[in-house]
Amino acid sequence: MLSHKIIERNATLLLVLSLLVVTIGGIVEIAPLFYLQNTIEKVSGIRPYTPLELAGRNIYVREGCYNCHSQMIRPFRDEVDRYGHYSLAAESMYDHPFQWGSKRTGPDLARVGERYSDDWQVQHLAAPRSLVPESIMPGYPFLLERPLDLQTVAAQLEANRAVGVPYSAEMIASAEADLRAQVDPDSDAVDGLLARYGDKVNVRNFDSQPGGATEMDALVAYLQMLGTLVDFRDYDEAANRR
Amino acid sequence: MDHESLRHFADSWGLAALVTIFVGIVIYVLRPKGGRTYREAAQIPLKDDPPETAAGRGPPGGAPGERLHSAAPELDKVTGRMTTGHSWDGIQELNTPLPRWWLWTFYASILFAIVYMILYPAIPLFSKATDGVLGHTERGALQQELAAAKSAQAGQLERIAAASLQEIPADPDLLRFAVAGGRSAFAVNCSQCHGSGGQGATGFPNLNDDEWLWGGSLDAIEATITHGIRYEQDPDTRQNAMPAFGRDGLLTRGQISDVTAYVMSLSDRVAAHGDAAVGKALFQDNCAACHGAGGDGNRELGAPSLRNAIWLYGSGEAEIFATIHAARNGVMPAWGGRLDPVTIKQLSLFVHSLGGGE
Repeated sequence: MLSHKIIERNATLLLVLSLLVVTIGGIVEIAPLFYLQNTIEKVSGIRPYTPLELAGRNIYVREGCYNCHSQMIRPFRDEVDRYGHYSLAAESMYDHPFQWGSKRTGPDLARVGERYSDDWQVQHLAAPRSLVPESIMPGYPFLLERPLDLQTVAAQLEANRAVGVPYSAEMIASAEADLRAQVDPDSDAVDGLLARYGDKVNVRNFDSQPGGATEMDALVAYLQMLGTLVDFRDYDEAANRR
Repeated sequence: MDHESLRHFADSWGLAALVTIFVGIVIYVLRPKGGRTYREAAQIPLKDDPPETAAGRGPPGGAPGERLHSAAPELDKVTGRMTTGHSWDGIQELNTPLPRWWLWTFYASILFAIVYMILYPAIPLFSKATDGVLGHTERGALQQELAAAKSAQAGQLERIAAASLQEIPADPDLLRFAVAGGRSAFAVNCSQCHGSGGQGATGFPNLNDDEWLWGGSLDAIEATITHGIRYEQDPDTRQNAMPAFGRDGLLTRGQISDVTAYVMSLSDRVAAHGDAAVGKALFQDNCAACHGAGGDGNRELGAPSLRNAIWLYGSGEAEIFATIHAARNGVMPAWGGRLDPVTIKQLSLFVHSLGGGE
């Protein structure tokens, strides 16, 4: 019989047993999400990020955008009226780590994709108050001048594959070519990009600057696809009630 | 010395200096012939306080770990409660029960949790969690709330859907409802580019004035909102493309300066560079097809008038030169797939009501 007195007088034992109790609580709350079949909705259209979008996502994380912007539209009327359809778990299944966030100084960005023009995104990122005088967002004009670091592109895809994103060996091998093709609509490599990632991928010179991909290209490419993958006209609302 | 170089210094030499100082201090203090001061200081936590003799204190402490004494529970005279029999340095622990209100709240919350788990989805099983007796889902509740909000407005929304854009302004009540709905939809979807008051910004048109690129009638506004401008994904989008005369080598820089001078003369201004007379001939050859021989613009083609004081990308000589050199061709997304037709009608009526509606 483990007497309470023994636990009280043995700090290490107390620590181990406390950890055990907390662990049980955590497992009961978290573990079922990994095996319950209805955690992730079955929807079509979700694909891994293209190399350019993934690079943009890394810039989003690097600049700390998540400190002010969430990417999670909760199933409440005020949110759905303002931002669009509530977010699905399926929509962040290839996010490592997810960008749901818990604080909104700026608006939610889960469905910002294709909402504004590329020009708007570029000008707004460079000088937010030139477009929205009420904004308190800092400007990121340097993104226009910094060429994208292409050396780690394939490694980024590989790292994501290691945690479960279904990038094929072909996708990893052609990562750099795919990245260059996405900002150059006239390139011959565009067909390969679309074959690997689907016809809906945006292929444009996002920052309208001549020359190769800048960090602005990558970030705008990422923002312009956020929340656009699922076609909600095919979404079975009743089957996905949770 | 900027932030970047300071950071590099902190990461390299600054860090090395701090580590060296820290290691140096540790070695100095622990060196074999180290001063007695440090050894004595190190002993402070292990020292026992001198025993006190005041009444009420128990026996002076022995070795650590032997200070907890068990004694028989007894009545504490001051509080009138029993002690637990635990004594620490002669201080006895009172056996005070939990407050009644706290205890009952505790029991009630346990009961609440059980009832909650029965009524609502809670316990994870093999393929899904229990549904709960009430059959509640967050997403289902949202659908009910949205449906309720919609049915509360159903009468008005149906009338807007049934009426043509021209009929709605004839009914003041319906117009007021439609414009109010349009105003809130504008704040959510349009204000980011066109400004919270529709005042626009450089590159994004002001909607309060009576200058319209593609027309300011209700139908024209509705078409622009529904299909967007130069929005590739919509086949019915409003489409035109001004050539990049400089970038694509159609005109030399000198010729662009001349055209710029002529364009400025259309709004009675004089340019610092370029020859407006030469520019006039170039304008007739290159620009008149869309902007008109007199520069009055052409709404069929979305070509703006060049004869007034309204300039989407800036009125200065440098801005006009840049526009001719590289063209602008701004994009407005199509909202047809994103907003329902009634909301677009409400938006059209709101934009039309801002002041410049035709």
